[in-house]
Amino acid sequence: MSDEILIVDGLKKHFVIGYDGTVNRRPITVKAVDGVNFEVQEGETFGLVGESGSGKSTIAYITVGMYQPTEGTMHFRGEELFARSLERPLHLRKEIQIVFQDPGSSLNPRRTIKQILELPLRIHRPNEDRLHEVMRLLDMVELPVEYMHKYPQMLSGGEKQIVAIARALATNPSLIILDEPTSALDVSVQGKVINLLIRLQRELGLTYLFITHDLSLMRNVASRVSIMYLGKICEVAEASRFFQNPQHPYTQMLLSSIPVVSEEEEAAKPEKIESTGEIPSPVNIPTGCSFHTRCPHVMDICRQVDPVMVDTGPGHTARCHLFEQPAELAAPTLAEHSQTVAASK
Amino acid sequence: MAREITAGELPGPITREQVKQLQRKNRRENLGRSWYKFSRNPLSVIGGATILVIVLVAVFAPWVAPFPEHAKPFTDFANASKPPSAQHLFGTDEIGRDILSRVIFGFRFSLTMGIVVLTLVVPTGVVLGLLAGYYQGSWLDTIIMRITDIFLAVPSLILALAIAAVLEPNLFNAMVAVSLMWWPWYTRLSYGLASTLRNEFYVTSAETLGAGKLHILFREILPNMTSPIFTKMSLDMGWVIIIGATLSFVGLGVQPPRPGLGTMMASGAKYLPDQWWIAVFPALGIVVVVLGFNLLGDGLRDLFSAEGV
Amino acid sequence: MAKPLLDIRDLYVQFKVYGGLLQVLDGVNFRVDTGEKVGLVGETGCGKTTTMKAILRILPEPPAVIPRGEIFFKGRDLLNMKSAELSEVRGGGISMIFQDPTAALNPVFTIGQQLDPVIRYSSPQNRRLSKRKIREEAIVSLREVALADPDRLLDSYPLQLSGGMRQRVCIGMALATNPELLIADEPGTSLDVTIQDQVLRLLRELVEEKQTSVILITHTLGVVRETTDRVYVMYAGNMVEVAPTRKLFANPLHPYTQGLMQAVPKLTGGGIAHGIPGRIPEYLDPPPGCRFHTRCPQVMDICRREKPPHFGVDGGHQVACFLYDKDAG
Repeated sequence: MSDEILIVDGLKKHFVIGYDGTVNRRPITVKAVDGVNFEVQEGETFGLVGESGSGKSTIAYITVGMYQPTEGTMHFRGEELFARSLERPLHLRKEIQIVFQDPGSSLNPRRTIKQILELPLRIHRPNEDRLHEVMRLLDMVELPVEYMHKYPQMLSGGEKQIVAIARALATNPSLIILDEPTSALDVSVQGKVINLLIRLQRELGLTYLFITHDLSLMRNVASRVSIMYLGKICEVAEASRFFQNPQHPYTQMLLSSIPVVSEEEEAAKPEKIESTGEIPSPVNIPTGCSFHTRCPHVMDICRQVDPVMVDTGPGHTARCHLFEQPAELAAPTLAEHSQTVAASK
Repeated sequence: MAREITAGELPGPITREQVKQLQRKNRRENLGRSWYKFSRNPLSVIGGATILVIVLVAVFAPWVAPFPEHAKPFTDFANASKPPSAQHLFGTDEIGRDILSRVIFGFRFSLTMGIVVLTLVVPTGVVLGLLAGYYQGSWLDTIIMRITDIFLAVPSLILALAIAAVLEPNLFNAMVAVSLMWWPWYTRLSYGLASTLRNEFYVTSAETLGAGKLHILFREILPNMTSPIFTKMSLDMGWVIIIGATLSFVGLGVQPPRPGLGTMMASGAKYLPDQWWIAVFPALGIVVVVLGFNLLGDGLRDLFSAEGV
Repeated sequence: MAKPLLDIRDLYVQFKVYGGLLQVLDGVNFRVDTGEKVGLVGETGCGKTTTMKAILRILPEPPAVIPRGEIFFKGRDLLNMKSAELSEVRGGGISMIFQDPTAALNPVFTIGQQLDPVIRYSSPQNRRLSKRKIREEAIVSLREVALADPDRLLDSYPLQLSGGMRQRVCIGMALATNPELLIADEPGTSLDVTIQDQVLRLLRELVEEKQTSVILITHTLGVVRETTDRVYVMYAGNMVEVAPTRKLFANPLHPYTQGLMQAVPKLTGGGIAHGIPGRIPEYLDPPPGCRFHTRCPQVMDICRREKPPHFGVDGGHQVACFLYDKDAG
């Protein structure tokens, strides 16, 4: 039975981006992450899916130490990540690494690949032969050793991203956060990078926090998937359940909108829910359930009360009034809804 | 538990020597590519060539100038105020000194001015701006940038004149004066660059890895600032030379009988328009060197901003 | 058979760079009929943007060189036109929507200020219209792209709008001139999936309504499947396969197309295929013969020597691959 490597509890991150009004200046806050709880098991690939403004990248940045949370805690193997106020200790930095989305901007164009890979080695493994280690890293990610003298601009997008992965591996981490690792790459290269990640996970016993907006990709990499909307998690489930039996209306909407390439996939999609309206800005999150402005099953209670996460099946949770017990809901029509849901399970 | 990446045999037959060879090959290729880009603009090449010639001429002045002793105290009233001829290509001045030789030595003062001022000003200004930009929003930023603003608020030439007038008039003090008014521009430029660059993901990556601040400032951010700074330096050479000549012209820089170009223009001005060559050739000297630096600077800017095809 | 609206024949485009000549487009053939929605699928560096820029004649020449080829639009060769005639074609005949709507809109002007010249210069009679009339036309354009409150929108700045709204404004701008051909370069890539879905749906509806032809450029196969009638697959400066959309997805023939289809992760699971090994060829020194041969799992001797012509496979479906040479032994 594996342990939890990462436990996130009540995580919030609010950014104040300005002030409103002249006399009583009220702060304008972006609630990027607004109360998020999840656990990541050692050795698994935990998927985080969502569209822009959902907060998934913010969670990534908090986990790796770029931001301090406004509220809430994060424990890595039992150790609180934000115990001391500002500087994260080296031993924790070593364990948690990140691969950013855009390979073009995550590698310094004025440093050679060798210099880029040497940096983590200098900081975390200062007593080893760096040249030797750089060659080892390049070999491990299947890049030609000659690349170490090249500058990032001389590499293709896929190769740059592979260098970014090698850099993340340099400190011998346990947890790697992958923030849209292949979104900027062509599909023919994506496979190479993803398969590399899968192989490395197997060989090195890594845990991945995998973030993407590409649901088809997520289907094939994650063991468990969670979906976020405007700073909160809407649904969490083991991967096959998530895709075969999506509960939350947003999950269904998203799944029904993705373009696929075959008839089988078309049949696997939930019934088409046409998306209407814009995604609200995180500055102006709707009251009650933040999805109510676009939800096809919206009820009165949704506009007023923010739902809580409830169990809807084995290892499957969703945050939606449709799944709350009939006793908690008022009008008869609401009971009707939940009966329909119970019947469809 | 993640398994350690243990050291094993060196992968592949590649040696350190081969690695060095690869490094050299890459550097050569990069230079070739840069030259190609630069040479596509003929004006920049002309600018660069002009500067190269002037620098060589200035360095080898005692051997290039036909009458090197005329740059030192010298009089020959018999040959005074002669117009340009085969023997004196730029003519002679009111004391009989060969103007061509004096202009050649004059380049020495101009270039020295430019080089010394920039050597003082660029490191100081850039480091201050780098710090202020990286720590944007902090008290360090405020202190540095407000001091910069104060210096920038005073009209630069007036400031230079004031400083030079307070100090004893000579080339050294002229350089001090110009330096004191020039550094804020580099601070401003670096501040803008650094405050933008600190948000780049490669900087964030170094920060989350736990890199020291010195590394981040000087190895991650600063190398990405060099292009605009070098371009500005090249264009600034021209400006510094002109300001230096201006100070000499009003008597606050190079003192006669030394052959500063501005100084020569000042003493030759009263002989216009009849003995025009005494003032005009030093002026042309300034024009050529400033134009050369400007063209070179334009070329560098295009080189750095051009996208590779 | 009606004459095609756009007909690119045997187009070669090269770029002069350090080290020689980049031979980007290597004999491109491409056709769009009136009212058709044609997809152009290809990955980074395959030349699709170069082809589109060549159509609109916005390639900087130098360093670009067009040694051979013809681009016929409504029967006239765009490559031989003078710039006055070209301005009429751009905007009036052909319009383009770019990938990043944020970059396509000028942040310091309001939407209204940007729409005004587009409408005003789209036809001679529009030039004489008053500002108010043009504003009315602009409101009509914005309503057509399902933007709420167009009056207020005209006075807003692009950065006040969401990504989806900006893209819709760009579509509105492109269609305001009533073009006969619309080139949409990755219209949904920078948008969220649900918003992309809306935008593509909108595009389909508008195109049906106005009978505009569309070239949809993308590297996402799924988008092409839902939105086009016919698809071209492009690789390293060549069109390697063309077919009606249904046929292409049911039966991809070219090894590259097959590789792409396999490489796309499937919603039904099954793991990630390894993609296509290798890299796109160097345009400075392209391989002889078929440009894909260095990566092709089914490469034959002839592929290394000769460039394959297009072979027809049951009408409408063509492949540039010797595997389908029926005359070969």
